[in-house]
Amino acid sequence: MADTTTRAKLQWGLLNAVVVVFALIPVLWIMSLSFKTPATLTDGKFIPREWTLENYRNIFDTDQFVRALVNSIGIALIATAIAVVLGTMAAYAIARLDFPGKRLLVGVALLIAMFPQVSLVSPLFEIERQLGLFDTWPGLILPYITFALPLAIYTLSAFFKQVPWDLEKAAKMDGATQGQAFRRVIAPLAAPGVFTTAILVFIFCWNDFLFAISLTSTERSRTVPVALSFFTGESQFEDPTGAICAAAVVITVPIILFVLFFQRRIVSGLTSGAVKG
Amino acid sequence: MADIVLDKVSKKFPDGTIAVRDVDLEIADGEFVILVGPSGCGKSTTLNMIAGLEDISSGELRIGGERVNDKAPRDRDIAMVFQSYALYPNMTVRENMAFPLRLAKLDQATIEQKVEEAAKVLELTPLLDRKPANLSGGQRQRVAMGRAIVRKPKAFLMDEPLSNLDAKLRVQMRTVVSRLQKRLGTTTVYVTHDQTEAMTLGDRVVIMRGGAVQQVGPPQELYDHPHNLFVAGFIGSPSMNFLPATLEEGRLRTALGDVPIGDRIRRELSRADAPRELILGIRPEHFEDAELVDEETRRRGIVFEAPVDIVESMGSDKYVYLTVEGERATAAELKELAADAGAADFTGVGSHLVTRLSAESTVTEGENRRVWFNLEKIHLFNPADGRNLTLREGRAAGALAD
Repeated sequence: MADTTTRAKLQWGLLNAVVVVFALIPVLWIMSLSFKTPATLTDGKFIPREWTLENYRNIFDTDQFVRALVNSIGIALIATAIAVVLGTMAAYAIARLDFPGKRLLVGVALLIAMFPQVSLVSPLFEIERQLGLFDTWPGLILPYITFALPLAIYTLSAFFKQVPWDLEKAAKMDGATQGQAFRRVIAPLAAPGVFTTAILVFIFCWNDFLFAISLTSTERSRTVPVALSFFTGESQFEDPTGAICAAAVVITVPIILFVLFFQRRIVSGLTSGAVKG
Repeated sequence: MADIVLDKVSKKFPDGTIAVRDVDLEIADGEFVILVGPSGCGKSTTLNMIAGLEDISSGELRIGGERVNDKAPRDRDIAMVFQSYALYPNMTVRENMAFPLRLAKLDQATIEQKVEEAAKVLELTPLLDRKPANLSGGQRQRVAMGRAIVRKPKAFLMDEPLSNLDAKLRVQMRTVVSRLQKRLGTTTVYVTHDQTEAMTLGDRVVIMRGGAVQQVGPPQELYDHPHNLFVAGFIGSPSMNFLPATLEEGRLRTALGDVPIGDRIRRELSRADAPRELILGIRPEHFEDAELVDEETRRRGIVFEAPVDIVESMGSDKYVYLTVEGERATAAELKELAADAGAADFTGVGSHLVTRLSAESTVTEGENRRVWFNLEKIHLFNPADGRNLTLREGRAAGALAD
């Protein structure tokens, strides 16, 4: 018995290692490139022969990248906050209430999530130019919210459905108002759902390239993925690969921080013990 | 502490179903009242209306003399224990019990003291700093009760609080609930679908069916003097035996032989609208092995012979299942009871009688046995409306009464 479990463990460990290596090698390769000097960039060595921080210094010296980073963080955070707040309210209503048109609402939300974004780019471009939203923060925040909301509503309503309704009734019997019941009993239990959703929405906003490149034209609201694509060297003879790699490493940092920060709060099984069964 | 009065309280849902129909009920201060009935009878809806978790469609609800129809649950000052316990999983036992006090904005010292006090009553003191997830079912149940008693509300509402416990613990918790209620003397409304719980716990029992109250009374009274077929079939375990009976030439013809009837029943049955087909009801303990019945007792009943199907020896007495010829009794109430027991599609052939005979009886499976039953204890029901025809001023008098 013990034999088979050790073997099973080994097999699983091996499989996991393969998956992790497969996923991490490109990332590590980019990291390695970002520390190489232009001369050794193409030497094909995984571990740089000459370490340098020049690439990092360069990208933070250019106003272009720093501006884009600020834009990205601002736009993604605002869009995430709004989408999560709206999504929480909508999901709570969907999970708890029976109102006319509920199925329709859920269906339409799903439809929006499935809509090919590419087909919306040119109409959005025209609309935003007319409204003066083109190349502004709201010009990106609005479409991000539109596409993030269905995602938020779906994940959150799944979480709200797990919170036993009896808890809310119990809170009311214990003397809580509707608001208190939500804040002190329901919201803490749905917190893992809220954080999960926040991470998903943030990553979606952070990674978007399509809207960002179509609906911006200057540094005013250009986000990092787009700024990266505009990276060129100081002169046209300079190879920007090192700088691009450094920038790529830098922009994954906020995501990693964001996930690490919220991951502690995503404790599964938080509702266990509330009700029997 | 307060009395609770339901005055023609009804609940109609938006889709048109009427869950509760004109319920009149007066629950005295300090009384322990049980609402019991099969699933869907409206007992939980009634409780939720008292709690304020469901709106009252019509009628009036008064707690402590004050109309509370439009008051939010938090303003009614009543506590509720849920079937699922509904403990807040993110809080410790202490925080769970302190929650209602904290919402009432009591100061920290008072809260501490009250929680300790309630914990002591329910023997929860060593568990105060645990989370609900680390408690057993019975402990969770006690925490839920602790959360209810901690703020000394006007009334307790309990929605099947014991039905999630295993059988042994349920019996134990039953006495805990009973003792707690007596000790605190708080008006309590308790919902259950288990007739044993209803019989053992309550001062008074309210039997509901299809949203309407069937009968209200102390447990023994419901058992001895059921107003109708439904109450008779619902209360008692094993339940009452029902047999079809036909009125012929002043006697009732049944599968157990001809049953003589007294003057009063005869008068009742000679009315123009009286039914010709009746349902005869006999409780299992009103049968006895004919060999063990002395001459004088024998005269108060009749003896019949039937094949013995199964004998279950309980030690103190024997449950004997007899097979009898002929149809089973049919009525809407009986169908409903069978469905509630989950036996609607499991009927077998012919009808069976459940009898409870003395342990001294030498009855064996497979033989034909002579069995006596007591005519003074039988009930006659009208199959059309389920009414108990043997009742007179609320007392059942058997078939022979003059």
